[in-house]
Amino acid sequence: MIKRIPLAALIGLFFTALYFFAAIFAPLIAPYGMAEVVGDVWEPASAQHWLGTDNIGRDLLTRMIYGGRTTIFIATAATILSFSLGAVLGFTAAVLGGWADQFLSRVVDLVMSIPSLILALVILSVTPVTVPVLVVIMGLLDSTRVFRLARAVAVDINVMDYVEAAKLRGEGRRWIIFREILPNALSPLVAEMGLRFIFMVLFISTLSFLGLGVQPPMADWGGIVKENKDGIVYGIGAALWPAVAIATLAISVNLVADWVLNRTTSLKGGRGG
Amino acid sequence: MADNALLDIKNLRIEATVYPPGEDPQDVVIVDDVSLQLEKGKVLGLIGESGAGKSTIGLSSMGYGRGGVRITGGEVILNGTDILTGGVRGLRKVRGKEVCYVAQSAAAAFNPAHKLMDQVIEAAIEHGVASRAEARKRAVTLFGKLGLPDPEHIGQRYPHQVSGGQLQRVMTAMALCSQPDLIVFDEPTTALDVTTQIDVLAAIKEAIRDTGVAALYITHDLAVVAQVSDHIMVLRNGKKVEYGTAEQIINDPHEEYTRALVSVRSIAHEEKKPTETPILSVKHVTASYGGGITVLKDVSVDIHEGQTLAVVGESGSGKSTMARAITGLLPPSEGEITFDGRTLSRRLDQRTKNDLRELQMIYQMADVAMNPRQTVATIIGRPLEFYFGLRGKERDRRIGELLDEIEMGTGFADRYPAELSGGQKQRVCIARALAAKPKLIICDEVTSALDPLVADGILKLLLNLQKIENVAYLFITHDLATVRAIADSIAVMFQGKVVRYGPKSQVLSPPFDDYTDLLLSSVPEMQIGWLEKALANRKMESAGN
Amino acid sequence: MGVALKLVAQRFALGLLLLFLVSVLIFVGTLILPGDVAQSILGQSATPEALANLRRDLGLNEPALARYLSWLGGVFHGDLGTALTSGQDIATTLGRRLGNTLFLAFWAAVISVPLAIFLGLLAVRYRDRWPDKLISAVTLASISIPEFLIGYVLMYFVGVKLGWAPTVATIYDGMSIWQKLQTIALPVAVLTLVVLAHMMRMTRAAILNVMQSAYIETAELKGLTTFKVIWRHAFPNSIAPIVNVVMLNLAYLVVGVVVVEVVFTYPGMGQYLVDHVSKRDLPVVQACGLVFAGVYIGLNMVADIVSILSNPRLRHPK
Repeated sequence: MIKRIPLAALIGLFFTALYFFAAIFAPLIAPYGMAEVVGDVWEPASAQHWLGTDNIGRDLLTRMIYGGRTTIFIATAATILSFSLGAVLGFTAAVLGGWADQFLSRVVDLVMSIPSLILALVILSVTPVTVPVLVVIMGLLDSTRVFRLARAVAVDINVMDYVEAAKLRGEGRRWIIFREILPNALSPLVAEMGLRFIFMVLFISTLSFLGLGVQPPMADWGGIVKENKDGIVYGIGAALWPAVAIATLAISVNLVADWVLNRTTSLKGGRGG
Repeated sequence: MADNALLDIKNLRIEATVYPPGEDPQDVVIVDDVSLQLEKGKVLGLIGESGAGKSTIGLSSMGYGRGGVRITGGEVILNGTDILTGGVRGLRKVRGKEVCYVAQSAAAAFNPAHKLMDQVIEAAIEHGVASRAEARKRAVTLFGKLGLPDPEHIGQRYPHQVSGGQLQRVMTAMALCSQPDLIVFDEPTTALDVTTQIDVLAAIKEAIRDTGVAALYITHDLAVVAQVSDHIMVLRNGKKVEYGTAEQIINDPHEEYTRALVSVRSIAHEEKKPTETPILSVKHVTASYGGGITVLKDVSVDIHEGQTLAVVGESGSGKSTMARAITGLLPPSEGEITFDGRTLSRRLDQRTKNDLRELQMIYQMADVAMNPRQTVATIIGRPLEFYFGLRGKERDRRIGELLDEIEMGTGFADRYPAELSGGQKQRVCIARALAAKPKLIICDEVTSALDPLVADGILKLLLNLQKIENVAYLFITHDLATVRAIADSIAVMFQGKVVRYGPKSQVLSPPFDDYTDLLLSSVPEMQIGWLEKALANRKMESAGN
Repeated sequence: MGVALKLVAQRFALGLLLLFLVSVLIFVGTLILPGDVAQSILGQSATPEALANLRRDLGLNEPALARYLSWLGGVFHGDLGTALTSGQDIATTLGRRLGNTLFLAFWAAVISVPLAIFLGLLAVRYRDRWPDKLISAVTLASISIPEFLIGYVLMYFVGVKLGWAPTVATIYDGMSIWQKLQTIALPVAVLTLVVLAHMMRMTRAAILNVMQSAYIETAELKGLTTFKVIWRHAFPNSIAPIVNVVMLNLAYLVVGVVVVEVVFTYPGMGQYLVDHVSKRDLPVVQACGLVFAGVYIGLNMVADIVSILSNPRLRHPK
């Protein structure tokens, strides 16, 4: 079963792990305190401050590490919420069929007929902007996508002859969901999980950048852009570091997801045999 | 000979690159050192099982390789020129003008966006063979010759507005329209029902004779190719096995492999006499799908212990629906099903575990009938666990026994379905059904997706197991040769009804009803000249009526 | 023609129904959520009188259904109410802003749609060779970076370091069209980049899908030239999927616009919406949300209608 891991996936795994490691151990790694003012405004990179300082003289590397911690934490929490909810409801809809399936699918259609960012903004106009609220809004809105995928995958598997064979054998619903459907649905879902996670990172960064996400003085990647964007016109690139961070994280996760997906299709044996 | 040679393929070698998952790409040889000649106006049949390279050779005569397939050696000389040396431009001049192609699935091969006529005359106009008006006239003539209804106007229809058998004829007309020297027929009748196949086959044969075009006829069915070919080449794994006249190949095959192909489905099976009480009795069952379309109308059949009832019919006859009604997957709206003396609940979820155990099912596509994430041991072991509570060593011992029974051996226990061949997969499915110690197994087209020799092996295995286990089969198939090989009694289905039912000897002997007659007379026999005889008989009958 | 027309009518009706349900969702969504709207507008330190006044002004004391119906009635007459923060008529401001946004989106579409289709075709033509691989690498990179960061990267390198284009895209009425176009060069470039990748990849997939059909093989085996194979046989069957791709991406553009406007302080709907979300000016937010959703639903509907109309099975039923 275990195949050689291609180089691209290895690189992806390495960077993904690195980012998560930095996020978890941020207080141990970061050279300074998160909100500690340690220098002048927008100092250039130096031995003391590898990335320079930010708009009020905080160490930018420290801000980036803590920012990564916030961003990754929120994105992870929202992904978990979106996945548990979307996958459970999607499977249920597919296996139950009929009325329950119709109802859930139409609600999802409705929510998905509005762009998530717009809907999130509308909701945020009346709710307090705190981390739990953000996680719930992002998770709920995104669970619609997971729902569609999980349902589609489960519906495909549910009509397979091997599921029918299990039904004819007299197997209960539990065996059918957990032993026949889930093992075959897992890999596409895991790959999708990577993509959803990236989307969450982009989503929370965008919200923070618009001033409607993580609130200062807490650091997060979108917020760092917002704080330092005025420097751009003076030729100060501090606001661009989050771009580097987000892009490397996103590409790494993408590479891992691609690998998981490819491995799955090969396991299925598709045209083999 | 050399003067007449239209197509001369010399030492053809064809390779393709495959991408096994997780490994480096590899080059594999698909066709290895094959040579053949075809004279003007003659038909050469290319025959072999899947993977024999027959389609690849056929397409090479047009200089075409499907999906990454490359011609890496040899010459393809057509009308005296090697078409492989002419580059893309040279090939374009040949394709559609000197050589035309008729595909297996005409439904996919026609562009859904254009009318049939525009597609039929396209090549003739493109190559300047005829003016638009001439080409149209010719097409209409061809439509008539090929027996299409309303030849004047059928060209104005779109592909989806025409039936499969008709599309296949339109495609033949399309190939003939630019008056080529050679037509490549690539399994042109394989996707059709038998009663449609015979008409299309006759139309193709007549068109070949009338126009004097030469043809490469590719198929996996030796009986079909025997009807249309002058010569036959038998291929296996990209290599030539035997080449000869059609008569020699059918009546006097030299090679072992060819002999096996010729004698396929000649399994002798003595019909057993019905017992006192049937094991399964279907009485006046009617069933319909959600939309209210009745697909099964007042069906009654019996199956006796240790015997085989074959249910034959073409696509849409309701034979698979009968299986679904018996299993309870599609609860019948009327009628009664008794099994081993007790009445079965109509619905699956109301049946007892014992009912379910004693009535097992095997599917057509073994590929999707097994969970790709389970090993052979899990697949076969689950019924043992589920019905008999077997665990651990006891279970493993029984799995071993079953694997021996299907002639595979315990070495396969830890394999995944993807690691098995098509025949092996079907065997594992048989073992899974046997594991439940059933009294009746429903076999739904279990050999249709397999190559003839592999299918033969499966049929022999099933017959053998019937002797040992005394299990009854409800055998659903569209293939009458299979029916002859294994049935004790037969039910012929047509449009949801059983039109003929009884012991095999009786069902297969005259006098016949119209449909059974049509069905029986449509099944190609391994005999030169069968097609003419069958058509002549039909004409006589219709004249007599 | 009957079947297709019926389906089109059905799809149109569905679009209207969706729009109606979305209006309910937006209205109800802003009502039933936890938190007192008046409180969150005025902040924690607000006096009870002030809160009561605001509630009255907002009509919060009336039953929800009555408020929704009067709001919906207003929407039908083009009356979107007045902004809480400025007291200005929302419809007037929104109209001007929407015009600006469409101006921006229009130019982004004019550049990106043909470019994406061309590059998508190029990727198909040189499938698995370097142009294809380069295109997919660029795609991966650009879907991995949020729009606003692409904006700042361009602003930093093209606007500041190279000085080729203005970094702020403030347009006003007195400008000539040429001046306007110069001003919006960077935001248009960003939006183009953002949708280009998606559109290119989807176009590539759509055309590849068609090119792998058996009827393309048939056409090739007729000895047609590559151009005729593509023009006569691939193109008619690719219209629907490509229109679908374009519409989906224009819908995506609508979202991208929100962020890009904020980056370049462009006076469009996106900035209007974001500003008023921060100020918790509910009527403005609802109006903007409805307009955005309407555009999005409309584009998706057009995509579906085109694919219905271009399907020969529906146009020429049996």
